[in-house]
Amino acid sequence: MSRLPSDGLIDREKIIRFSFDGKSYPAHPGDTLASALLANDVRLMGRSFKYHRPRGALTAGSEEPNALMEVGRGAHRVPNTRATVQEVFNGLEARSQNRWPSLRYDALSVNDLLAPFLGAGFYYKTFMWPKTFWEKLYEPIIRRAAGLGRLSGEADPAIYDRAFAHCDILVIGGGPAGLMAALTAGEAGARVILADEDFHLGGRLLSERDSVDDMRGADWAAEAAARLGGMPNVRIMRRTTVTGAYDTGTFGALERVADHISGPPDGCARQTFWRITARRAILAGGAIERPIAFPANDRPGIMMAGAVRSYLNRFGVAPAKQMAVFTNNDDGWRTAHDLVDAGVEVPALIDTRADVTVPQGPWRGIAGGTVIATRGRLGLNGITVRTPSGEARFRVGGLAVSGGWNPGVHLTCHLNGRPKWQSGIAAFVPAEGAVPGLSPTGAANGIFSTHGALVFGRSSADAALKTLGFSTSNITLPDAEDAPYRITPFWFVDAPGRAWLDFQNDVTVKDVKLAHQENFRSVEHMKRYTTLGMATDQGKTSNIGGLAILADLAGQTIAETGTTTFRPPYSPVQIGAFGARAEGKGFAPERFTASHAHAQELNATFVEAGLWHRAAWFAQGGETNWRESCDREVAMVRSTVGIADVSTLGKIDVQGPDAAAFLDHVYSNMISNLRPGRVRYGLMLREDGFVMDDGTAARLSETHFVITTTTAAAGQVMSHLEFCAQCLWPELDVALVSVTEQWGQFAIAGPLSRDLLSEMIAENISDTELPYMAHMPVTVAGIPGRLFRISFSGERAYELALPSGYGDALSRALVERAEAMGGGAYGMEALNVLRIEKGLLTHAELHGRTTADDLGLARMVSPRKDCIGKVMSQRPGLHGPERTQLVGLQPVDLAAELTAGAHLVNPGEPATRAHHQGYITSACYSPTLGHRIALGFAKNGRARLGEEIRAVDFMRQKGETLCRIVPIPFVDPEGGKLRG
Amino acid sequence: MRLTCPHCGERDAREFTYLGSAKLLDRPAGDTGAEAFHEYLHIRENPAGPNAELWQHVMGCSAWLHVVRDTRTHVVESVSLASGVAR
Repeated sequence: MSRLPSDGLIDREKIIRFSFDGKSYPAHPGDTLASALLANDVRLMGRSFKYHRPRGALTAGSEEPNALMEVGRGAHRVPNTRATVQEVFNGLEARSQNRWPSLRYDALSVNDLLAPFLGAGFYYKTFMWPKTFWEKLYEPIIRRAAGLGRLSGEADPAIYDRAFAHCDILVIGGGPAGLMAALTAGEAGARVILADEDFHLGGRLLSERDSVDDMRGADWAAEAAARLGGMPNVRIMRRTTVTGAYDTGTFGALERVADHISGPPDGCARQTFWRITARRAILAGGAIERPIAFPANDRPGIMMAGAVRSYLNRFGVAPAKQMAVFTNNDDGWRTAHDLVDAGVEVPALIDTRADVTVPQGPWRGIAGGTVIATRGRLGLNGITVRTPSGEARFRVGGLAVSGGWNPGVHLTCHLNGRPKWQSGIAAFVPAEGAVPGLSPTGAANGIFSTHGALVFGRSSADAALKTLGFSTSNITLPDAEDAPYRITPFWFVDAPGRAWLDFQNDVTVKDVKLAHQENFRSVEHMKRYTTLGMATDQGKTSNIGGLAILADLAGQTIAETGTTTFRPPYSPVQIGAFGARAEGKGFAPERFTASHAHAQELNATFVEAGLWHRAAWFAQGGETNWRESCDREVAMVRSTVGIADVSTLGKIDVQGPDAAAFLDHVYSNMISNLRPGRVRYGLMLREDGFVMDDGTAARLSETHFVITTTTAAAGQVMSHLEFCAQCLWPELDVALVSVTEQWGQFAIAGPLSRDLLSEMIAENISDTELPYMAHMPVTVAGIPGRLFRISFSGERAYELALPSGYGDALSRALVERAEAMGGGAYGMEALNVLRIEKGLLTHAELHGRTTADDLGLARMVSPRKDCIGKVMSQRPGLHGPERTQLVGLQPVDLAAELTAGAHLVNPGEPATRAHHQGYITSACYSPTLGHRIALGFAKNGRARLGEEIRAVDFMRQKGETLCRIVPIPFVDPEGGKLRG
Repeated sequence: MRLTCPHCGERDAREFTYLGSAKLLDRPAGDTGAEAFHEYLHIRENPAGPNAELWQHVMGCSAWLHVVRDTRTHVVESVSLASGVAR
């Protein structure tokens, strides 16, 4: 056991059990998976991506490149979970990944022996030809060999949630700078959100032994957290990573709600993706320690020096019994002291700087020394050090490495800001004002002492408070260490052997040199050629080292070389969290009409029309095919009476003294001369002259209209009309409101429709009182409604509208009466057949590329006024015989098929694009005529009535049908049935 | 991105839909001919900088808004009701 006898933020009283690769281990609450494994002497935690090298935890935080595991079971399995972040809970199951048959004996570690051939660009150069081999042979093999964790292959059963929050000041990071900023802002009364990715607040205070105000740093942090917890204006969000900075103070954040317990309670989300809107933000996310590249620097046991202190001080774990320290800065020295204090033997403290005095201690201090070799197959057991006087070998199970600290500039670069090189700390710091309203502070801004973090945390908050108009608080500053940070940059050891930069993607110093040699010299090119920084850790520990080496090779400064682009998310986010509540019904909500339940009782099959679910047909006893139901319903409407719910059509209430003048602008035909009590068919054009939509306009009074739109275009037309009213003719006094959902509206169609309605309606609805294309207010069972005499079937027909709350009752009353008269409900399929028989249009014909002239409606563009689209509709090429025009089609052999989507070709000409004559938009079997009919567009079609033309269906490959071009409508061309 | 609707206050950009250039406010008179409409409908500047454009608060009050937005930074310089823009 490597657990130290005391110390740490773990609950030593409680023992919980977890498993790794099937073996059970004990742990304490407060452990991460990585700390618990190290406490159980498990150093080997994974295999690398490309060479299958044995790897252990390099870090103790979210920047971890190596210790990736599959966590959970079955469909709940989550791959690539960082063991350094995952909290241990009772029953946690973790497995290593990218190894076969086992972590200790991985067959593909043969790749490591082939490493001399597998450098950067190997795949590009080797698998060039034959081209067809790539998909079938090379890619599958490479994918199998290189890899991360496996997906479960099942749908993820976890719930993800989305949430929104607003605050005055968002503090990102709960270390000393973040806590001080939150305390300052909280005391001043600002609404504060403090988000921290860890499960304890405190940041580095949890991992260091320095005191704050005579307390241990962790205790001060706990006290600060308790103070913040008591402020009603402060919200603390633990386990919440701010993943991205977006425009206007918007931030994305992932809260891991239930990843630390053995399964969320029923209905509880596993993770929540937050959108936080902040008037000001303070970035106090700290810094990330970077490695030094030296030969074979990737063995389990080699760790970041700061991570070693985390394991010692926070988790009470000694990563090894003997550990050396290798550093280029003073901060690394602390690790040696902490190791010795924890009882770990430290044989050597190696500092790359020749000009420093290495502190005295129970170790051999080596100034100007470098590690040039390491040993140990599945974990470190020795190192070789080059000293100014020669070489020395040490037996160690661990090596703590520090190449310095990189401020976490990531969020400041998400709006394309570029960080600035600061030579004093040999690191990039955020550019000022890179994200408006976001101030980096503390270590994230290159201030590495605890004292500095507290000072600047307070001053950043004060500055934010001031701009927001709060009076600043006079909160006292606690005492804390203020050790200077001294560093001499040192990137890689010049010695034989592979020295890793990017542990997760297996990129070495040699690969960067090769990229440079092959002229991939821009940092962006080098990144893509070598894949440096392109793994799931996005190069948090490797990018700066890589570009420092590139700069060296190019003879440039690091500032001149620059960084690659930082993009959200800061750390990996599952797609499920990004898409929370936007899948399934969240993506496509369902809209039901008031008669939906009644339609279900009538055995309806539904079809989706946009978001609406509409009854398509009502199967009755013995009907096994939709066509049987549809044919029956069509015949029923043509002979008796049918009822259909048409509430989904868009309905817009237009009111105001200028309502009529307004409608003249938006309809191509004249509306202003319509008399109250009458209805007119109307056509709307787009400004480019093509047809947008059609519908009816009913005039209720001089200043009041109700217009309808097609179901599909309801939203678009509403938005368009608002545009016309507000943007084009704001001087017109007119108001618009969508009333689609306020009315339950039913078509009552068929020769017996008036008889049916007469029994229900108090008013006289004789043809004198209510002729075709008229409407009137009516009363049904004491309820005021509207009755329109309009028809979409060619039959005598009405549409009756009552407030939608009565829709269900109205549906039942109408269908019951219809059935008593030999009729009944009809659905969308029958409605479609009825309108094709009558040659009426839907969006199959109004598909955005047809003009009024194409549709034979040129006379509906009034010559007496201007309207939207009129000028452009008169452009050459938008009318005339060179265009395709709406026609009817029927097969010459009346038993033949006709399909929508088929193309029209002249007899004797090849079915190619050059000979294209048009296409079919709507087709159906007409039970009224006993054969198939279609609507379509044929070149110069109106002049070709009676001609034969071929319908060729390429998509369904049903062969072709010889058709005759016929006039529309197919049924009742004189309209006698309509008028009664 | 956030926009401040003159009616509803500051709201997330997802409550709004974007139409295009505010040039669409300057509809030519009906007797000016196809060339003027071609210019109105199809010819657009593509500025790297402040751009006047039209948004609608579709998930709010339905107001059409005249928005000046910097295309490089998404910084919104002004939002006003399109109906009140002087023409």
